[in-house]
Amino acid sequence: MKETIAMLLAGGQGSRLYALTKNIAKPAVPYGGKYRIIDFPLSNCINSGIDTVGVLTQYQPLELNAYIGDGRPWDLDRLDGGVHVLPPYQKSEGSDWYIGTANAIFQNFVFIEKFSPKYVLILSGDHIYKMNYSKMIDLLKKTDASVVISVLEVPKEEASRFGIMNTDKNDVIIEFEEKPEFPKSNLASMGIYLFRWDVLKKYLEYDNKNPDSSNDFGKDVIPALLNSGEKLVAYRFEGYWKDVGTIDSLWEANMDLINPNEPFDIWSNDWRIYSRNPCKPPQYISSGAVIENSIATAGSSIEGNVDFSVIFDGVKIHKNAIVRDSIIMPGTVIEEDAVVQYSIIAEDVLIKKGAKIGERPENMDDIDSWGVSVVASGLTIGEGAFVRPKAMVYDSVGDRE
Amino acid sequence: MITNKAMGLIFANMHGSSVGNMTAQRTMASLPFAGRYRLIDFCLSSFVCGGVREVGVIVKENYHSLMNHLGSGKEWDLSRKIAGLKIYPPFVGSLSGLVYHGKIAALYNVLPYIKNSGSNHIILADCDHVCNFDSAELVNEHIDAEADVTFLCYEQRNKNESGLNSVSILRDEDGRVVDIDFNRPPKENYFISTNIIVINRELLIDLVEDAYSHRLIVFERDILQHHMKDLFIHSVVFDGFVRRINSVQSYFTSSMSLLDSDNRNCLFNLNRPIYTKVNDDAPARYGIGSSVKNSLVADGCIIEGKIENCLLFRGVKVLSGSVLKNCIIMQDTVIEEGANLSYVIADKEVMIGKDRFLMGYESYPLYIQKSSVV
Repeated sequence: MKETIAMLLAGGQGSRLYALTKNIAKPAVPYGGKYRIIDFPLSNCINSGIDTVGVLTQYQPLELNAYIGDGRPWDLDRLDGGVHVLPPYQKSEGSDWYIGTANAIFQNFVFIEKFSPKYVLILSGDHIYKMNYSKMIDLLKKTDASVVISVLEVPKEEASRFGIMNTDKNDVIIEFEEKPEFPKSNLASMGIYLFRWDVLKKYLEYDNKNPDSSNDFGKDVIPALLNSGEKLVAYRFEGYWKDVGTIDSLWEANMDLINPNEPFDIWSNDWRIYSRNPCKPPQYISSGAVIENSIATAGSSIEGNVDFSVIFDGVKIHKNAIVRDSIIMPGTVIEEDAVVQYSIIAEDVLIKKGAKIGERPENMDDIDSWGVSVVASGLTIGEGAFVRPKAMVYDSVGDRE
Repeated sequence: MITNKAMGLIFANMHGSSVGNMTAQRTMASLPFAGRYRLIDFCLSSFVCGGVREVGVIVKENYHSLMNHLGSGKEWDLSRKIAGLKIYPPFVGSLSGLVYHGKIAALYNVLPYIKNSGSNHIILADCDHVCNFDSAELVNEHIDAEADVTFLCYEQRNKNESGLNSVSILRDEDGRVVDIDFNRPPKENYFISTNIIVINRELLIDLVEDAYSHRLIVFERDILQHHMKDLFIHSVVFDGFVRRINSVQSYFTSSMSLLDSDNRNCLFNLNRPIYTKVNDDAPARYGIGSSVKNSLVADGCIIEGKIENCLLFRGVKVLSGSVLKNCIIMQDTVIEEGANLSYVIADKEVMIGKDRFLMGYESYPLYIQKSSVV
């Protein structure tokens, strides 16, 4: 029996990450030099005292499943509880893919029931943030609510991009508006819901029976709860929180780690972010190398010039190569004289001599055609080849192309 | 793969006295090396990569940090239902009341464990040599040669090789050992033993019981050298990266030799990875105005100063304005602003205050003990 268990929705495709999620689910996308996006909700769970997590996978789950494994890196390998990967499965009454976020949870009632929890925390594997979920649990108990929804204050001008919660003076939610044209408040829903299990069960059952429902928490379940007069309370979150669903936001989130003005600190010991470590020797920086304002990880070897970049493990940057404002994912090799700027290079890419990837915004004539270039995993960019800014490269590029 | 062919036995404290204060509070086996490892990781990983699934670690004193490091052996894949890793602290007999002295007594101490093993051979290893060897190949060569004992040795490189506790061997053209020299500088044409030896299990049991009953102490001298004529002692030459650590000076030069990429690629062979205890440090961060040349930097480091020819272990902070040259800085040490260090080995959790000037020499690096505040 567990007081709280977490259900982590990790089944989405992350289609707006295009080449980066061709073969892996979004929560498995590398971040920050040695992490994957899913490390954040998983680490938040164990640090908050939640030791039972169901991870709902669906899209391209193999790499994510292998990464999660027995859960040991997050201390989630337990005799009782621990992390469980939950793909859709065949039942005697037939089988279904997960149709929507609510449906995914609905199909896993049996799993949840095993632990007879009082509370169920619904999380997504899409965000970078550090949060102590036990504060949401405390708030739910204190206010005797049915649901606590975590919210973040966003700038008024941005409010229309989010699901906005309108609350009374006690932070009880009175209205929920999805992407409102004229927002009445600036409290954006973070997609983190703490439910009383009996309430969740009841409303998911209703929702499942409703043929008009899209089986989505935000669109269907929360409004249903509001309309039935259930007590929903907002938990105000303060701190860094980043949705990494687009190329630009993923790039920014990585750069935020290097930015001295952005207070997102993964180096502090009080809220460690765990990950499955590749266990490689320390990184080597050669005499001719220059590396500044950057972060780099074990197993990499840097002989070139690195500035404002995030270098993952096992990356090799040869002499006179230049890497600026970029993210280089594990195992990639950048040969001599290659220039990589404002790019995200996925895993195990080979960038040959003299290739040029991306461009600096100040050098662009037409700023609208500028953007972060992306090269998908396992590709080769030929000698002297050129990859435009904002390009999305899915296939290898030959020499001088 | 040699699953049942060989078990491993590591002597964690051997040669600890040769590095002085570096082993004041730890075993030789737990001596930090190469930025994130401990000396024991190298032979443990070599064993495991060759298929050895049963490893005993014999510890005598100061072994808390080693036990902490090894845990259940999971990181080396040795947390097993069948066999796996076992740590053997001394069994203080009620008769003597004293901890044993010498390798023969140490072996006698674990004889019940050795007798119980299902393996045919034992690989004995000290922790004074750093190398990444193919243990499966070594054991197979031993079996093919039908030897009683096989030494893993290497050619002398350094003319000033220290003799202290050194074991050197003379081999004939077939590799058979015809002389074992002990405790003096290696003679010309002699090869140096890595102190990694394969021996038949049953033979070891007999030899140890016999030697112990005669109150003999030193394994290499009183068993191997003594029985050289009536045992078939074979040898295999290791031609990869190997370094011996038998002084603070050799610790320093061995560490620095890893700044060479060929040495690194040989030691950290991708086909035989070196496993170690996992930590969750964030990546290393290079700040504005930092300068890093020819150095090895582990995760968790924050570098704002200048470092050259250095080896930084995990979580080291080098604050701005400080300059480090030819230094080895162990875990979590903080070098404050404006400090200037040259040829310094700082142990863990040391604090070097602002503007401090510390200089050792290539021939005599300055060693600063764990948790010191300068």
